[in-house]
Parts: sequence; structure tokens; C-alpha cells
Amino acid sequence: MSHNHTLYKKQVSAIRSVAEGVYVLSFQRSFTFTAGQVLAIDVVPDGEARLYSIASGEQDKDIEILFDERPEGRLTPILSRLRVGDNIYISEPFGSFRSDAGKAYWIAAGTGIAPFVSMIRSGKATHKTLVHGGRYDENFYFASLIEKNFSGKYTRCCSQQEDTAYYKGRLTGWLKEYDLATDNRYYLCGSAEMVVQVRDILISKDIPFQNIVSETYF
Amino acid sequence: MKTNLFGLTLFQLKEVVSTLGLPAFTATQLADWMYKKQVTSIASMTNLSKQTREKLESKYCVGMTEPSKVQTSTDGTKKYLYPTQIQKFIEAAYIPDADRATLCVSTQIGCKMGCLFCMTGKQGFQGNLTTGEIINQVQSLPEFDKLTNIVYMGMGEPMDNVEAVLNSIEIMTSAWGYDWSPKRITVSTIGIIPAMNTFLERSQAHLAVSLHSPFDDERREIMPIQNVYPITQVVSEIRRWQLGRQRRVSFEYIMFKGINDTPRHANELVRLLHGIKCRVNLIRFHAIPDTPLEGTSPENMVTFQNHLKAKGLTVTIRASRGEDIFAACGLLSTKELLRKQQETDF
Ligand SMILES: Cc1cc2nc3c(=O)[nH]c(=O)nc-3n(C[C@H](O)[C@H](O)[C@H](O)COP(=O)(O)OP(=O)(O)OC[C@H]3O[C@@H](n4cnc5c(N)ncnc54)[C@H](O)[C@@H]3O)c2cc1C
Ligand code: SF4
Repeated sequence: MSHNHTLYKKQVSAIRSVAEGVYVLSFQRSFTFTAGQVLAIDVVPDGEARLYSIASGEQDKDIEILFDERPEGRLTPILSRLRVGDNIYISEPFGSFRSDAGKAYWIAAGTGIAPFVSMIRSGKATHKTLVHGGRYDENFYFASLIEKNFSGKYTRCCSQQEDTAYYKGRLTGWLKEYDLATDNRYYLCGSAEMVVQVRDILISKDIPFQNIVSETYF
Repeated sequence: MKTNLFGLTLFQLKEVVSTLGLPAFTATQLADWMYKKQVTSIASMTNLSKQTREKLESKYCVGMTEPSKVQTSTDGTKKYLYPTQIQKFIEAAYIPDADRATLCVSTQIGCKMGCLFCMTGKQGFQGNLTTGEIINQVQSLPEFDKLTNIVYMGMGEPMDNVEAVLNSIEIMTSAWGYDWSPKRITVSTIGIIPAMNTFLERSQAHLAVSLHSPFDDERREIMPIQNVYPITQVVSEIRRWQLGRQRRVSFEYIMFKGINDTPRHANELVRLLHGIKCRVNLIRFHAIPDTPLEGTSPENMVTFQNHLKAKGLTVTIRASRGEDIFAACGLLSTKELLRKQQETDF
């Protein structure tokens, strides 16, 4: 398939596993971007590139992306086997999923935490409440970085680990249970399932849809 | 389990016959039996030798699927339910009219795009349809012979499953397939630019772009895709393709009361589409459960239409069909039929 993203060759500078089947891939930054933006990435220059949120900060030396391997997927099983020095092809950053400076809830599922991590690392996290949903405790990626650098309320909702140290249940359960400010903005990032379920809950709690901004990982 | 032959293109059928050690012309015969003569079993392909049929039957079947349910609207629209290979369901809407009969086909089970106003979006994503499952909605339709038009506007975003969509169009438009004109086919998209360009490159079918708001911030509130592929970029890509002569481009515009139906929106729409030979289809919004959106009144739709027309745009108000059986635009959903909720990552 042809693509529209012009892709540039880069070398992998690091790749590490952060949970079962989940990786952080790094390469040197050679462009400026705004936290919340995405890149198209592939392992060939003319493939059907996939999109990934940038997880690193705007001034960081390296770009990081957080991805989970889909065993039957085309690209992620190849990405997860990359080694330092291997070539990858990336587009320029694009997209407009940006959080404004006011009070807001950041709601993420799984790897959907990535743009918010970028915002935290870029010093754009004041007046924010962060709610992250994951299956197991190990799926709260970048947790220690968030604990250290995020001053707002940080809630982790763990859906499948019996002895979790955090809220036991899905993030949709947490959102239903607790009072939510109707004058905040809400930024949602993750799968379509998460976005549509969370959006319905927010709307049922009288949050105007105009205050909800969603990024779906399609 | 046997593999389906139905839905394979001629090229793919040639690969199948070659792996079985059969002569290449068998592929053309298979295409002819399936797509022209429309047989539903290998046994019925009587010009193939018994040996050839046995070889094929050892690994393959035709693999067409009858609709499992049909609902008929008071206006004659019919909604067909088809089971899919992964134990899920999809819907197709048959819309007969005075001089045409249109089938609205699905391309995915659910959808990943999460548009605020859409029932399919609310069901999340359960999988892509195969080419066979797309073309099966057409060929297994009891009214197949009456069909004049196909629109890819059912469940799912066609450009998120573009290879299967392109293969299905190839089957419909090739001499070895239905041999239809691509002008009978319209594919809709919310504007996934890379896949849209692939579609424009590799097919001659018409394009319909779901626009719904000309303003960046406002479109983002109802269509998350706007974050990555903004409508201004989609429109400039379309400009680059210079559509509007042999193949048509239309812009779909669902009208929401107080949200996208003001003179400000009309003016911006005119500005955005300036210089593109196109049609704008205004669509009445069919309220879905728990939605914060309301439809624009018919009178205000006409006012909006006149405003656009006065500025030189070609604008139609699409008649609403099949609303009583939830077959109308944006209402297709098989959520209640999902046997088990997908495992989620949250
Ligand atoms: C704006 C945006 C940002 C994103 N950011 C991130 C991010 O930060 N991190 C991240 O991990 N991902 C992100 N994604 C998702 C990412 O782009 C890829 O879709 C994902 O990594 C899977 O790619 P893949 O090639 O491995 O899988 P694909 O080949 O695309 O397959 C994806 C999944 O669909 C299934 N599938 C494929 N074909 C079919 C079929 N025919 N029928 C049924 N199921 C099928 C596969 O089994 C697989 O599980 C983002 C997406 C978008 C749109
Ligand atoms: S309108 Fe189309 S793209 Fe948007 S959620 Fe519905 S089916 Fe998907």
C-alpha cells in the first residue's frame, strides 16, 4: 500500500521491555514536536506505516514510543524484535491531540498513557487529574516517572489483578463511582472501546461533549 | 476447516490453482462459476473435471453465507443480518427506490473511529470483514439482480480495511467478475488520508467524504479522526486528485441542531470546498440512545441547503430511509448480538 507520510531513516538507540509484550522504543530526536503528537513508523521506507504517540518530552534528546505487541499484527511483532542500531523509518510529527493549560482530566487505557507522559515530561501537567486503566499492575507504564513528576491526582485502575495495589476494577467503574467536575476538560486516549464507553459515562454525568477530546488508537 | 474460494480475486484464484498443481485457466473457470453463474458449491462447477473438483474440495469450499434475518421497513427498505466467520454479525441495508436499488454494505464488525453520533461506533471494534464477507452481502442478497448501486456506508470505516474493500470492488468491476461499471459504486470515508489515496489510486469508484463540520475544533469534538487527519488536509488531497469528472466526490453532512447548522458553518463549508466539483449531501440525524446531539429540523435543513446553493454548491437533502428498522444512516449496529464482550486492555 502506498502511504502519504514521507518517512525518514533512523537508527534504534534503545529498546526495552516494560511489561509482558510491551516495549519502549527510542531513537534520536531530530525535529521539534508538541506533546500529544504522533509519528508514522515502519521498518521499510514505503510500507503501510502505523501511528504511535510520542511518549518523550518536547526537549528530550531521544524520542520514545510505547507500544504493545499484537501477536497477529503486521508491524509490532517486527518492532519488538528490533535491536540497537537497526533501521526504522519515521514521519515528521503530526496531529493535534494537545491538552490546554486549564483544569482537565486525562483518561488513558493501556498504551494510551503515552501522550500524557509526553505532556508531563514537557512540563504541561499542572491542574490535571490522571486516570489510567490497565489489566495488571505492570501495565501502569511510566508509573515511577509519573509519581515523581506529576503533582495532580494519579489514579490507577487495575481490572484483572486480584491483589492489585490500586483501584480494583476497570477505569469505567472508577469514573461511574466518583464525582467528576463538569467544568473541566476531558482528554481520552486509547482504544475505541475505551473512548466510546468513557465518553458515554462522561456525558451521562452531565459533562458537555464539547469538553471531551478523544484520541482513538485505530 | 476448508478455506473459502468466494471473495478471492482472479489473481488469488490463480495462486490457489497453482498450489494444487491445476492448470491456470481453472482460475478463470472458478471466477466464472462463482461470480457470473453464481453457484454455491464446487460440485456444481460442471465444466471442471471430476478430479479437479475433488482436488479443490479436499481443501476448499465456495463459502457463501445466507442472511440469517431480514427486517422490512414500512418504506420498503430491508435490513439483512449476516453472520461472519468469527461468530459475529454484520448488517446490510437494501434501499429500493423508483428507478434504482441501492445496497449499503458493511466493511467491519463495529468500528474503531469512535464518532460521537454513530451507533456502529458505540459498539467498538470486533474485526475486519474479509473480501468474501463484503461481497457476500451483495451476492447473497435475494434482490441481487435488481441492484443498481452499491454504497460502502454500512458498519465500519472502509479505509480502515482498504485491501478487502479494493478486492471486493475488483470482483464487482472486472470482466471476470460482475463486470459492473465502477460508477455504480461509492465508498465513504471519514478521511484516513493514506488509505484514501490508495483507494483513489487503485479504483475508479466514487468517493463520499463524511465531513460533518468545517471547523477544526468542532469536528474534533464529534470525530476523533480530526486529530490526525484534519478535514482541511483531506480536502486538499481531494483537490490534488481533481475528482469530479469521470468519478464523483460527495461530502456527507449530518445536520445537528445548533452544532453545525448555522450560517457560519454554511459559509465555512463554501470556503472549504471552493473550486471542487462536488455534491454536498445533507443528512438528517437519527438520534441514537444516550446522545447529546439532536437533529436539525427539516425546515432549517432547507434553509441551510439554500444558503449553500446560493453560493454555488450542488446540495441535496438525502431522503431518510428505513428509520423504523434502524437501517438508516449511522444506525447499523450488532452490539446486542455480541456473544461475549471483547477482552479490553483497561
Ligand atoms: C493516532 C494513533 C496513535 C497510536 N498510538 C499508539 C501508541 O502510542 N502505542 C501503540 O501501541 N499503538 C498505537 N496506535 C496503534 C498502532 O498504530 C497500530 O495500530 C498497532 O501498533 C498495531 O499495529 P500492527 O501492525 O502490529 O497490527 P495490525 O496488523 O494493524 O493489526 C492490529 C490488530 O488487529 C488485528 N487484525 C488485523 N487484521 C485483522 C483482521 N483482518 N481481522 C481481525 N483482526 C485483525 C490484529 O490481530 C492485531 O491485533 C496508535 C494508533 C493511532 C491511530
Ligand atoms: S460514522 Fe463511520 S467511521 Fe464513524 S464510527 Fe460510525 S462507522 Fe465508524
